[in-house]
Amino acid sequence: MSLATDHWYDFRDLSNLSRVILEGIDKVAPYELAYIVAPIIGFVAAFVIFVLPSQLYVGVYGERRIIGRIQARRGPNRVGPFGLLQPVADAIKLLQKEALTPKVADKALMWAAPVFFVAPCVLLFAVIPFGPRMVFADVPAGLIFFIGVSGLPVLAAFIAGWSSNNKYSLFGAMRIVAMSVSYEVPLVLMLLCVVVFTNSMSLPAIVEFQRETDLWLIFMQPLAFVVYFIAVSAELNRTPTDIAEAESEIVAGYLTEYSGMRWGLFYGMDIGYALAAAAFASTIFLGGWSMWGLEQWVPPWLIFIAKTHLFYLVFIWTRGTLPRLRVDQLMGFAWKFLLPLAVVNLFLVSLERLWWLEAGLGDGMVFAFAGINIVFSAVAIFLWARFLGYRPESIPTRPRLVQKAGGYVPVEDPPGGGK
Amino acid sequence: MSEIVQSEPFVMNIGPQHPSTHGVFRVKATVDGEQVVDAEMVIGYLHRSMEKLAEERTYTQNIPFTDRTDYLSSMSNNLGYCLAVEKLAGIDVPPRGQAIRVIMAELQRLASHCMGAGAFANDTGAWQTPIMWFMREREKILDIFELTSGARLTCNYMRIGGVAFEIPEDFEEQVRALIGPMRETIADGEGLLSGNEIFLVRARNVAVIPPELAINASLSGPMLRGSGIAWDIRKADPYCGYEQYDFEIPIGYQGDAYDRFIVRLEEMRQSLRIIEQALDGLPGGPHSTEVPLSLRPPAGEAYARIESPRGELGYYLVSDEGPSPYRFHIRPPSLINLSVLKEMTVGGSIADAIVALGSIDIVVGEIDR
Repeated sequence: MSLATDHWYDFRDLSNLSRVILEGIDKVAPYELAYIVAPIIGFVAAFVIFVLPSQLYVGVYGERRIIGRIQARRGPNRVGPFGLLQPVADAIKLLQKEALTPKVADKALMWAAPVFFVAPCVLLFAVIPFGPRMVFADVPAGLIFFIGVSGLPVLAAFIAGWSSNNKYSLFGAMRIVAMSVSYEVPLVLMLLCVVVFTNSMSLPAIVEFQRETDLWLIFMQPLAFVVYFIAVSAELNRTPTDIAEAESEIVAGYLTEYSGMRWGLFYGMDIGYALAAAAFASTIFLGGWSMWGLEQWVPPWLIFIAKTHLFYLVFIWTRGTLPRLRVDQLMGFAWKFLLPLAVVNLFLVSLERLWWLEAGLGDGMVFAFAGINIVFSAVAIFLWARFLGYRPESIPTRPRLVQKAGGYVPVEDPPGGGK
Repeated sequence: MSEIVQSEPFVMNIGPQHPSTHGVFRVKATVDGEQVVDAEMVIGYLHRSMEKLAEERTYTQNIPFTDRTDYLSSMSNNLGYCLAVEKLAGIDVPPRGQAIRVIMAELQRLASHCMGAGAFANDTGAWQTPIMWFMREREKILDIFELTSGARLTCNYMRIGGVAFEIPEDFEEQVRALIGPMRETIADGEGLLSGNEIFLVRARNVAVIPPELAINASLSGPMLRGSGIAWDIRKADPYCGYEQYDFEIPIGYQGDAYDRFIVRLEEMRQSLRIIEQALDGLPGGPHSTEVPLSLRPPAGEAYARIESPRGELGYYLVSDEGPSPYRFHIRPPSLINLSVLKEMTVGGSIADAIVALGSIDIVVGEIDR
């Protein structure tokens, strides 16, 4: 388990440093002081190694730069070198702006909604293992904790939309609740597959499982990964599924009436939740801090943060590329497409696990399972899409061309309706 | 269940200040949940009384007004008006002037469709990416307009009897340099959107206009061609020598939003073909005929129509032998295309209504005039 030594200067495991500091306090002061000092150390460490680089520089600056690249423009490049001070400038601007409250809004709730939105985000990171011993709260059922807490911001968004007393906000609020209800189901079922396969609900134990078998769960449970990615981007309101803030339809959804730093809290914490989801996905599916022995040489927390940022990059990429789905299409996709796949996958995983235990096979068996599951995922997605009536080749993507002007030109071969 | 849960429709204003109304246009949509049950259009926020103002000014002074009707295709509007005056006064345009007009009108079509296709992609939720790609190419066209006429948006370049100035020396070089990248951008936009699953489910079978409705509602332009009707003024009633150029009319399959989008993209390709041919065969000679400054056409009336990027753009003029038109009327394609919005939106969801509105490609300056 322990890869690093116990010296405080071994930065492969930052928990040593905090332990040494706490022991030093213990010698000179009453023990109770540690209860105050430990959270401060944790907070400062988390801020320096994760929040600052991730939230501000990958979330705000990096996202805008990369989206700018995708969109053939420069992105922020005026404030500071390479525009690096842009997040700071944005924050100062937002703090200066007046936070308006409409006359007809419910002022107390409208004021409280951003607070409700921020608080769960901090909690989410408590159970995520940044390194072998670097986890704030090693909860045995950390996975359940994560799922439970990540459902809370939806409530805050609903409060925001309802209290604004604006029709666009109301639409956004209704949509986010409906989405959350739909997508939680396949999400939880797919995470259940992971739990069955690894036989644990503790996030450090899931990472340990992946490290021991030398195979990440993305290969063992590819379908779970795909469904997790879709469901989580639906819950986070990221672009193919950002219907709750659909700019071209309902202006800004539940955020329409928000301005100033209240809006800024929503914006910042949207990134925070996306980072939390990315961190969770790297823990569950991408092996967390482990990287086939590389964690002996590179600090594991750096590996973990790199994986989180890479995963976040995919969010940015989809945001810059894809159009948005309609509400009913999204709901239909969750219930008709993802849910049956999730159920079938859960059944298959349970069988595999049972076989694995019954036959008493070794760890090498996971490679065979990985192969089976990859093939199964591809076949299941393909067949189920066909079954639901999806025919990709039937849709012409170029118009017909005629030489002479005249009347209506009937279509000889009517194109198929598609999905 | 229905006794416990009751729902009733309520009115939701889409516009006049909304990201997707393409200007100050308002739809009073009655929605039941996500479904639109009624839609009422409210226009007139941008009314500037152009038709009345034009009755007080001379024929030449009216050209800048036409810039400001459809501000995304000022060249086409200039052209339509000048054609109407020339018809009224019986003025002929030299071949070089006609060829320059064709090049300018097609460049304007490209610029306008860049905006139209990009804004439509934006309405479906493709967050700014396709529109930025198209805007990059549109910028080059606007630079060429600036080079030629001194203005980017309100060009005021056409004159009665020809065009205002001779084209600059490096005009041909710059236009030819634009064609290749433009083709690539069209292909990129097509690659990003046409085969995209999400785009297909959003635009296919949405806001369908059957061919009968398209004809009865007097639609024109990509709206009409999207419904599978081969109609293009450039072919049906050629002006400015369009009959010399080899191009094809793209038509859609079933008249949905997707068809209108792919028709626009294909029209851009055809425009590039026309520009290449016009540049190859650019005749010499004068660019315009001499026309007296205070033109007094003989009494009578004239109607000239062109295929503007948005459809059939007509100018109707009545002269009483005075220095200014007795009556000046514009047939704006955007307004007439917009008239089917209710048929397109009712029954669909709010998201579909936005896609329907985006697929019309309206310019509010032209609707309200």
